Amino acid sequence: MTARVLVGVKRVIDYAVKIRVKPDNTGVVTDGVKHSMNPFCEIAVEEAVRLKEKKLVQEVVAVSCGPQQVQETIRTALAMGADRGIHVEVSGKDYDSLGPLQVSKILAALAKKEEASLIILGKQAIDDDCNQTGQMTAALLDWPQGTFASELVIEGDKVKVVREIDGGLETIKLNMPVVVTADLRLNTPRYATLPNIMKAKKKKIANMKPGDLGVDMTSRVEVLRVDEPPQRQAGVKVESVEDLVSKLKEAGRI
Amino acid sequence: MKQSEWWIRNEPPERSLAPIRQGRRIPQHYGTSVPERRVHHGGAESAAPRRRPFSRVTADDLVFFRGVLPGRVITDPDVLESCNVDWLKTVKGNSEVLLRPKTTDEVSQILRYCNARNLAVCPQGGNTGLVGGSVPVFDEIILSTALLNRVLAFDTISGILTCQAGCVLESLSEYADKQDFVMPLDLGAKGSCHIGGNVSTNAGGLRLLRYGSLRGTVLGLEVVLADGRVLNLLASLRKDNTGFDLKQLFIGSEGTLGVVTAVTILCPRKPRSINVAFLGCSSFQNLLKTFHMCRGMLGEILSAFEFLDASCMSLLENHLKLTNPISESPFYIVIETAGSNSAHDEEKLHNFLDKVMTSSLVTDGTVATEEAKIKALWSLRERVTEALRHDGYTYKYDISLPVEKIYDLVTDMKEHLGSRAKNVVGYGHVGDGNLHLNVISPTKDVGLLAAIEPYVYEWAARCRGSISAEHGLGLKKRNFIYYSKVPEAVALMANIKAMLDPRGILNPYKTLPDDAHSR
Repeated sequence: MTARVLVGVKRVIDYAVKIRVKPDNTGVVTDGVKHSMNPFCEIAVEEAVRLKEKKLVQEVVAVSCGPQQVQETIRTALAMGADRGIHVEVSGKDYDSLGPLQVSKILAALAKKEEASLIILGKQAIDDDCNQTGQMTAALLDWPQGTFASELVIEGDKVKVVREIDGGLETIKLNMPVVVTADLRLNTPRYATLPNIMKAKKKKIANMKPGDLGVDMTSRVEVLRVDEPPQRQAGVKVESVEDLVSKLKEAGRI
Repeated sequence: MKQSEWWIRNEPPERSLAPIRQGRRIPQHYGTSVPERRVHHGGAESAAPRRRPFSRVTADDLVFFRGVLPGRVITDPDVLESCNVDWLKTVKGNSEVLLRPKTTDEVSQILRYCNARNLAVCPQGGNTGLVGGSVPVFDEIILSTALLNRVLAFDTISGILTCQAGCVLESLSEYADKQDFVMPLDLGAKGSCHIGGNVSTNAGGLRLLRYGSLRGTVLGLEVVLADGRVLNLLASLRKDNTGFDLKQLFIGSEGTLGVVTAVTILCPRKPRSINVAFLGCSSFQNLLKTFHMCRGMLGEILSAFEFLDASCMSLLENHLKLTNPISESPFYIVIETAGSNSAHDEEKLHNFLDKVMTSSLVTDGTVATEEAKIKALWSLRERVTEALRHDGYTYKYDISLPVEKIYDLVTDMKEHLGSRAKNVVGYGHVGDGNLHLNVISPTKDVGLLAAIEPYVYEWAARCRGSISAEHGLGLKKRNFIYYSKVPEAVALMANIKAMLDPRGILNPYKTLPDDAHSR
């Protein structure tokens, strides 16, 4: 039986919130804005918890990188059924420039430290849409990867992954240890129920810094500017077909 | 003993000589004894009324209407079809004319003309009413508020919103939201209902617990009377004690005293932090104790307290494929908190949840702070009506009762109906003492209806409850008004109706009982 699953969870701006660009165009407004766990990370946590419930893995460890607030996100993962959490403290300038490369270095180091044999991540984060962390982590560890998973089955020391790709579905078999990234249809995450929310309060979250894992946080990417997409023009309502035809003619469309 | 005491213990002399109208003695509901059994003429109260001698629409009438509303007079039977049937698909009228005015002046011209011609008019907003009050019974002209849909003014300091009566509630919520305010009412029908309709029916909804009823939040109205006179009561004032408060007459009058064309309403500030908890209780007693504890620990941030029973949950799962977020329980509660500081609110909420879980008042539950999850949890309560519609023909009852008795009515009704009913469910605004009792049968069943009514109304009357807490009387419940109002009150209502609408053209056959018109 596989010992340990590592699940990465990212704290992002809640997907229902209307995003506003900062007046100085250096980024988006995050102060006072509702944050929650990245939806794909939720799916990853759910899958890991289900594997534990099927007794195919022994322990689920939730990891998040960021400032103090990411502890909330780790608690949510614990409330969904993860056994313990690891908070890798990253704040200030390092947090601003935190990207897939730094996170995958951290995850790779943790995987070795925790002797994990399965890493499940969300396929991408909804704030940066990078879709790189899973792939980079696998490369750094020299592990096989099953990305965009819509189905995950553990068969002994192999993992069967059904991947959602452009042409349809691709089924691959990978030798453990592996990195899997979750796609939308992998599962429907459960609600964290009160008894579990209360149990989660007692579960441990370990704190550490990237330095403790020997990870260099320098970024080679610099964000130059963030702009809003062009405003959508309002449509025009017309009262009759004649009106419609004349308006289309005016606009030079017919 | 004093004479008044004697009357409480025995029937006061006048009351036993109460007029017998149409063979029915008006029910006695003073005193502690069970009211006399009404002589029930096999569903006479529920039967459709007879068409009153209004004029019928002629070609000349259409010419006039087309002159006032060019391009907005609809006679196409396909379009009229949907306006002639209510949302529940239980009542159908035969109107041949649908009018869509854009301005108050147009409404005034229409009504002045119809009054002179003795043409009956059925005002219609979003057509989401549940008592058959929003559709014609016969060939009444449908006067739609659909194009009276402009927001006229919004004061960002006071939160006072002025808009036309045909604004859809959800659009107004979105408008207010952009300004950091919310509408003081919210109901499942928000995507379709018009604010004019809400006001005319004194809609309650999910936020009444927190913000009060429309009778408090509506500051002013513009109403067009039956003869076309425009009554401008549009004040944007919180306080105005100058004469009789006429707007209260029109609020809840279901379109029978005047057509509301504009509304001024007070909007509260949008709360910074909203949390929703979905809890499971093993018994109604525990539910009530949870409510009591909730009021104590969450008091000032509590904004909704709703319940549904296990039957509702199965219907949601079967017909709408919604998932139960927690383990199966006999009762479910939706609690919403709304406050200005998320850290404070979460602390209060978590303390409360801790307490109810450890004391086993609640057996399971989940909490949501993210918008998407909040919507998902709310849909479990808001979509019950929809799920019921899929299950069969629904008999809906909206009863106000003392809070402890709310579920007793559901259990009694289940026992009383036995296998005649496919399903008997209860849900609603338990925080306001308001039960939505629904009985489902595979198809319309006259025998079942006879078993339900007047049993349910008598039950409510025995507890001095209301036979229609928020849905109004409309067509379906007009004749049952006596279960909740004394005859003198109904007589006075009829007087007021006669004064404001002597020809009775505004939404006839609705709200007031049939015998109120025989004078």
